Amino acid sequence: MIGVIGRSGAGKSTLLRMINRLTDADGGEIVIDGRDVLQLKGAAKRRWQRDCAMIFQQFNLVPRLDVVTNVMLGRLNGHNTLKSMFNIFGAEEIERALAALERLDIVDQALQRAETLSGGQQQRVAIARALTQAPKMILADEPIASLDPLSAEIVMKSLREIHERDNLTVICNLHTLDTARAYCDRVIGMLHGKMVFDGPPEDLKPAAVREIYGADREIDEATTSTSLPGRSATPPVSTPEPVSVAV
Amino acid sequence: MTATADLSHHIIQAEGRRRLYSIAIVVITAAVIFAGYGQANSMNSGGFLNGLTKFFDYPSEIVVEAWEARTAFLGLMYKFTPALIETLNIAAVATILGGVMGMIFAFLGSGNLDIWPRAVPIARRTMDILRAFPELIIALFLIFVLGTSPVPAMIAVAFHTTGALGKQFSEVNENIDRKAIEGLEACGANWFQRMKFAVLPQVLPNYLSYFMLRFEINVRASAILGFVGAGGIGAELRRTIGWGQGSGDETAALFVLLILSIFVIDQTSSYLRRRLIQKNSD
Repeated sequence: MIGVIGRSGAGKSTLLRMINRLTDADGGEIVIDGRDVLQLKGAAKRRWQRDCAMIFQQFNLVPRLDVVTNVMLGRLNGHNTLKSMFNIFGAEEIERALAALERLDIVDQALQRAETLSGGQQQRVAIARALTQAPKMILADEPIASLDPLSAEIVMKSLREIHERDNLTVICNLHTLDTARAYCDRVIGMLHGKMVFDGPPEDLKPAAVREIYGADREIDEATTSTSLPGRSATPPVSTPEPVSVAV
Repeated sequence: MTATADLSHHIIQAEGRRRLYSIAIVVITAAVIFAGYGQANSMNSGGFLNGLTKFFDYPSEIVVEAWEARTAFLGLMYKFTPALIETLNIAAVATILGGVMGMIFAFLGSGNLDIWPRAVPIARRTMDILRAFPELIIALFLIFVLGTSPVPAMIAVAFHTTGALGKQFSEVNENIDRKAIEGLEACGANWFQRMKFAVLPQVLPNYLSYFMLRFEINVRASAILGFVGAGGIGAELRRTIGWGQGSGDETAALFVLLILSIFVIDQTSSYLRRRLIQKNSD
């Protein structure tokens, strides 16, 4: 599980969007399993997009469709156009979608419209959709940036659980250092589109943090933290335990 | 502190400019209307104010004759029902044809749906051209070519409807939330799948209300086309109005039928729209 941190505008989102091919790259290559995914076109590109499921800060569900349909949309890539025009989903796909919802503990809302759910619930639906894609990796673009601390914790734990149980690579853009420390095995720091840090979270010392964020002074993590006091999966390494939650 | 003072000064200035523009527009509009009235009045035979006193003569005549024929009125309405059905038929076929064509043009002409960018202005200009011709002109031309029948009227109305609904549909398309499209793109969904599952659920209720409004407008348009030989209720209206005195009861019956059909369409439209919105929320 990889965490990508850096200031706003450092290129974290662009990085993930280039991997998923939502944004075109000006140059260079992104080699995954021995092939440059930037060269993929048409059906092969869409196939790759299915293989690297994307989770967005704003969830990007279809607001007027019900939850279970939203989750089944993750299977669209296996469908031909004619079949999808007639809204055909098989029993196996419904099963699969419900299983994913069950796993995210949100199966009770399966028949509600997506727009009626809270942010945290919508994000879990989005993760369920990602799971039904049967992806090879999961890209999460600031998945908890618009969530409250408790929802954020549920979402991050789900991603961690998927990483451990399904053995999927998870690349996660994060805004807060303590989240990166708590859930990630490897942290990448970006500044102005370049990688300025790459290592285990233990190496994320104050000097490294200053370099990543280009700050001249110490950053007070307690004021930006979104985790609940004393509930982090592992305690922060180089800073004192946050004592207050600023929401 | 001075920065905020500057800012508020700036905002007040901008506000004052906007108000000045509004006043100018009102003054110019009033001037144009008054100037136009003088011009039109000097060119008309009879003059506007003289005609105004006679304005209610014809309608009151119709009402009086309808009242005298009150016992036979329902019979008259029944007699004209086939003509109404013919008009409604013209309008319905034209609206469906125009709606389907309009939807195709709307998707081609929306700038936010990942269409080949050069197709967008082409589709829009085509819709402009389709809208530019009044139904009456197209119908007159087609009646000249195809003879008097409901078919030319239907084609004429469908022609205009394609342009009108296409424009309204594409404006609905351009107001949607693109996040859902992006979500499906990231799943590897192709263009048709993205349109079906991310765009259509968002736009269909608005499509439906524009569609039903257009149907209503087309009923009126089809009625007018009866005047130039397309049959239906318009042909009957031309006959009864042309005869003038003595057929006021028939004219009244025709108007009541038209008004009733518009009521029904309007109610159906709001009912369908409610159903569509609720169905998705269950």
